[in-house]
Amino acid sequence: MQSKGNNYSKSDLHSFLGNHHSRNAVIQNQLSQGKEGGICCEDRPNIYCHGKNHKDAASVRATHPIPAACGIYYFEVKIVSKGRDGYMGIGLSAQGVNMNRLPGWDKHSYGYHGDDGHSFCSSGTGQPYGPTFTTGDVIGCCVNLINNTCFYTKNGISLGVAFTDLPPNLYPTVGLQTPGEIVDANFGQQPFVFDIEDYMSEWRAKIHGMIARFPIGERLGEWQAVLQNMVSTYLVHHGYCATATAFARATETLIQEDQTSIKNRQRIQKLVLAGRVGEAIEATQQLYPGLLEHNSNLLFMLKCRQFVEMVNGTDSEVRCFSVRSPKSQDSYPGSPSLSPRHGATNPHLHSAGADSPTCSNGVTPPNKNKSHNKYPGVSSASSSSSSSPSSVNYSESNSTDSTKSQPHSGTSNQETRCVASDSEMEIEAEHYTNGVAENSSTRIMNGTYKHQEILQAEDGSLGNGVAEDSCASRQLCGGNQAATERMIQFGRELQGLNEQLCREYGKNATHKKMLQDAFSLLAYSDPWNCPVGQQLDPMQRENICSALNSAILESQNLPKQPPLMLAVGQATECVQLMARVRSGSCSFARVDSFLH
Amino acid sequence: TKCVHLPPEVTATSRHYVDRLFDPDPQKVLQGVIDMKNAVIGNNKQKANLIVLGAVPRLLYLLQQGSSSSELRAECAVVLGSLAMGTENNIKSLVDCHIIPALLQGRLSLSACLRCLRTVFISPVTPVQLLYTDPTVIPHLMSLLSRSQRTQEYITQIFSHCCKTPEHQTVLFNHGAIQNIAPLLISPSYKVRMQALKCFSVLAYENTQVSMTLVNVLVDEELLSQVFVRMMQRDQPIDMQLTAAKCLTYMCRAGAIRTDDSCIVLKTLPCLVRMCSKERLLEERVEGAETLAYLMEPDVELQRIASVTDHLVAMLADYFKYPSSVSAITDIKRLDHDLKHAHELRQAAFKLYASLGSNDEDIRKKITETENMMDRIVSGLSESSVKVRLAAVRCLHSLSRSVQQLRTSFHDHAVWKPLMKLLQNAPDEVLVMASSTLCNLLLEFSPSKEPILESGVIELLCSLTQSDSPALRVNGIWALMNMAFQADQKVKGEIVRALGTEQLFRLLSDPDSNVLMKTLGLLRNLLSTRPHIDQVMSSHGKQIMQAVTLILEGEHSIEVKEQTLCILANIADGNTAKELIMTNDDILQKIKYYMAHSNVKLQLAATFCISNLIWNEEDGSQERQDKLRELGFVDILHKLTQASDPNLCDRAKTAMQQYLA
Repeated sequence: MQSKGNNYSKSDLHSFLGNHHSRNAVIQNQLSQGKEGGICCEDRPNIYCHGKNHKDAASVRATHPIPAACGIYYFEVKIVSKGRDGYMGIGLSAQGVNMNRLPGWDKHSYGYHGDDGHSFCSSGTGQPYGPTFTTGDVIGCCVNLINNTCFYTKNGISLGVAFTDLPPNLYPTVGLQTPGEIVDANFGQQPFVFDIEDYMSEWRAKIHGMIARFPIGERLGEWQAVLQNMVSTYLVHHGYCATATAFARATETLIQEDQTSIKNRQRIQKLVLAGRVGEAIEATQQLYPGLLEHNSNLLFMLKCRQFVEMVNGTDSEVRCFSVRSPKSQDSYPGSPSLSPRHGATNPHLHSAGADSPTCSNGVTPPNKNKSHNKYPGVSSASSSSSSSPSSVNYSESNSTDSTKSQPHSGTSNQETRCVASDSEMEIEAEHYTNGVAENSSTRIMNGTYKHQEILQAEDGSLGNGVAEDSCASRQLCGGNQAATERMIQFGRELQGLNEQLCREYGKNATHKKMLQDAFSLLAYSDPWNCPVGQQLDPMQRENICSALNSAILESQNLPKQPPLMLAVGQATECVQLMARVRSGSCSFARVDSFLH
Repeated sequence: TKCVHLPPEVTATSRHYVDRLFDPDPQKVLQGVIDMKNAVIGNNKQKANLIVLGAVPRLLYLLQQGSSSSELRAECAVVLGSLAMGTENNIKSLVDCHIIPALLQGRLSLSACLRCLRTVFISPVTPVQLLYTDPTVIPHLMSLLSRSQRTQEYITQIFSHCCKTPEHQTVLFNHGAIQNIAPLLISPSYKVRMQALKCFSVLAYENTQVSMTLVNVLVDEELLSQVFVRMMQRDQPIDMQLTAAKCLTYMCRAGAIRTDDSCIVLKTLPCLVRMCSKERLLEERVEGAETLAYLMEPDVELQRIASVTDHLVAMLADYFKYPSSVSAITDIKRLDHDLKHAHELRQAAFKLYASLGSNDEDIRKKITETENMMDRIVSGLSESSVKVRLAAVRCLHSLSRSVQQLRTSFHDHAVWKPLMKLLQNAPDEVLVMASSTLCNLLLEFSPSKEPILESGVIELLCSLTQSDSPALRVNGIWALMNMAFQADQKVKGEIVRALGTEQLFRLLSDPDSNVLMKTLGLLRNLLSTRPHIDQVMSSHGKQIMQAVTLILEGEHSIEVKEQTLCILANIADGNTAKELIMTNDDILQKIKYYMAHSNVKLQLAATFCISNLIWNEEDGSQERQDKLRELGFVDILHKLTQASDPNLCDRAKTAMQQYLA
């Protein structure tokens, strides 16, 4: 269960029990006011009464009010003994209500009383409500913070709405009056008699339906255009060039950026995600002259990454020394994914992102994507681990444009290519559609499909040498002496760059840390299994990749993040805002339930 | 043969479509069928034209023809399906052309065929019997169930629509409907799940065999009842919740699930109560209320639970507010909708109230205290719709079991007036409920008894005793019996006069033992207090003694014989009437026999009779005592003083004391 929708999440509901001492304090108050009656507490959450008349009535209430954002709140009280007369009240009260009275009798206090079955809505006279209750009965009280009503249950049966227009910040309250009355409260530590889950499921479905069927009225045509634009810009942003073109053709919309620009960005991103950062820098400098020169932070980040990739043996500066190693990183099973996080409230998304691979823009299903790849060895993937909802996140595909633009281009010769090169086969294993063909682009958000399993199965079926390769690869710079020397040299250059930047712009702690971390890799015999080894994870490429993409877009005067991501971020913020302003329905309005 | 007038130009285009079906080139025929398909979609006029011009037999021929390509056959089935989607007349014409056997014969796997068949069968104009005439059809359909989701949907829909009688249920059951359809409940397709669920609801309805089988069925290692419970979850579509609740209701009523099972108490009942809420569609509210009424009818505990669930009693009051005043002004469409459902809503509410109040006095009180409840019943009794009248009188009957209500609200609202009116002219089922209610209104403590008597009800009740329906005869004589209880001589005389001795004795030989019991009860009530006994016996003594003899000799239940002996005891209490027994040795022998009977009740009644005969302080008691002593009664009484039953023992001792005094 995830926090908000759950009406009896532990922190909320154990307040009665969990804060044992503070509860005793409440009770001490009762006693110190000099009543003969009072409420004793055993270790069990029993509440015991020995009063005589209405002046002896006393209530206990939970130490914390019901949080509005929980949506639906429920607790049950078992009548262990009705005592002498069974004058028991179960209900709610606001802070400051006189605790020497049964709930319901005073202003901002609401109760259902066992002796007459009446409901008391801030009044000394009750209204006929439900049956009476006595020893052995279990009475439940459910507060619906979406429509601000309350109903009770008796032995698992709903008795219908008792109160409407309830104020916020009410405390669960139980009041007793005559001697020997004992009740036992259950805030979810034991299973409830009433099926509250079922009731919640109804409201979840209601709210979900309300959102899904939200009327857009006259703006139908406009609406469609907006949606198409969102899809289109998203595709363009991530460089899904062919898909974007196809989409634009089908919907008769225009793409702002020109095709070459999209393809260029796509190419650069692929290089970064493949760990070939040196080539990516070169390409950027060539295609967008001045960009990195004006953005020295980015350049430094890229160079640091390049150093890490050299350690990894993936950067082309060290790859050229090795015959076999280029494949190695491609067989890395846990290919990173695009995992934009909308808001910090979604552990599910976060974890799902970790093992799901990138989404490619290939429109064909994964295993059939026999594409000609101009960049053999380009691996998949990027992932943003930024927690800001507005962060730019994107994935990169390893499928080339030819897949889509030339769907009929000789399958047979592509197949031969596949056999010819291990790395190409592995690329295929990592081809995934981004779901554009079948659905909206929302799928891209958080690859929920289990790529890893597919990948591993694919690897297994490929069989020959892949596993071996991945072992062999785990040597510094691919195990090549010349490459190692090149790396050391590059490290010195990097150090120089840092010093130069310090001179120009002053000291930069982030840079220093980055550099230290990168160099630390060399201190370990097995960099992959060392405290700073995480840097070698291909998923770490995603951050820098998205930063580079955003920088390029910005330099072209294009938005640095797609409107779709803005919309998701905005929706997430809205839900959080609803929670802050105590709107009960927010607990059932979840952005991720609309992201499939 | 119909007389058809079609405008010539319409006929011409339509005829062209039909003509092309006869083209020698199969390719052209196919194209013709495809064109026809496109022409008829959504065009009822075109459909009618084509039917009149004889397209159907030709399409059926092409469909059945072995030489037809599968593509052609599929297109033919689609066109036929499209024609069936039209008006009821279209369906009639299709059925007249024997479309059903044609579609059923072989080659059914085409889902278009099944679709067409489905459309034909779910039409109200198609006789459901057509599904059962050929015994090979159902096994064939069963075998097609595994084919695809489409076939599953269509076939289960056909089954659920065509299962109307216990015989149909048995046929489907015997062909393995349960095992074949159960797996469909977890189909990925909502439509399939829904139709399968509907099948189970019609199969289980009032069917013990099916219900008992269903409880043990496992679907994917889960008990069927649990599958139904899951389908009742609140986030499921309403239709599914309601139908699943029906299944469990029927299984419960058939005795397959206990009424205190949590799946009934905590799931089915609350689900049905939810269906009655204002948020639901009018149709759903009607079905929900009717199903709930049926579920709890025999179980007072369920009635008690329902009465406190979600303010059900108050919620039902809303059923009487249609059409609402708002709808009349603002929205004609809605007014129409409301009007159409108003009767159904009212009768459903009355039924549910009747069920709720059938046992528990507190619930009855709660119902009568609901806003305008008695007024609503009173006006319901005189509504034009028979269904509403019947439900209203059922509700009234249920409430009339309350002594308190009879004394108060029933009298205050003079419910006897519309009730009497209802009795004048109504179908039998209404009469049964109305007369049964009248019986309660005629109980001696009911303040309505007097005005009812004055309204000349006796004739009416007497005519009921002549009805062919045993239920009506029972109610008629029962009401007379209640009326005669502690009545004055005038009323008793009127009853005897109106009923006529002949009818009275005919009723004493009625094949229905209930009628006999109530008639004896009437006699007993007539023969109470000494002057009345003597008066009745002086005029009808001979016949009554005859009837009593006959009953005591005949094969009757203990209760009947006991009642008869009680009548004898009453007769023995009369002044002059006594002699009718004393002079009848046959009867005396019978009394003697029953005093020694193995059944204590009969012994007691017989002893009571003797005790009345030998009672001191009455004229001629000495002679009677002597005669009875001679006949050996004293010995028997003596023996009975040793009886183990304290009542019998006391009675015998009291009798013996008469001799001692």
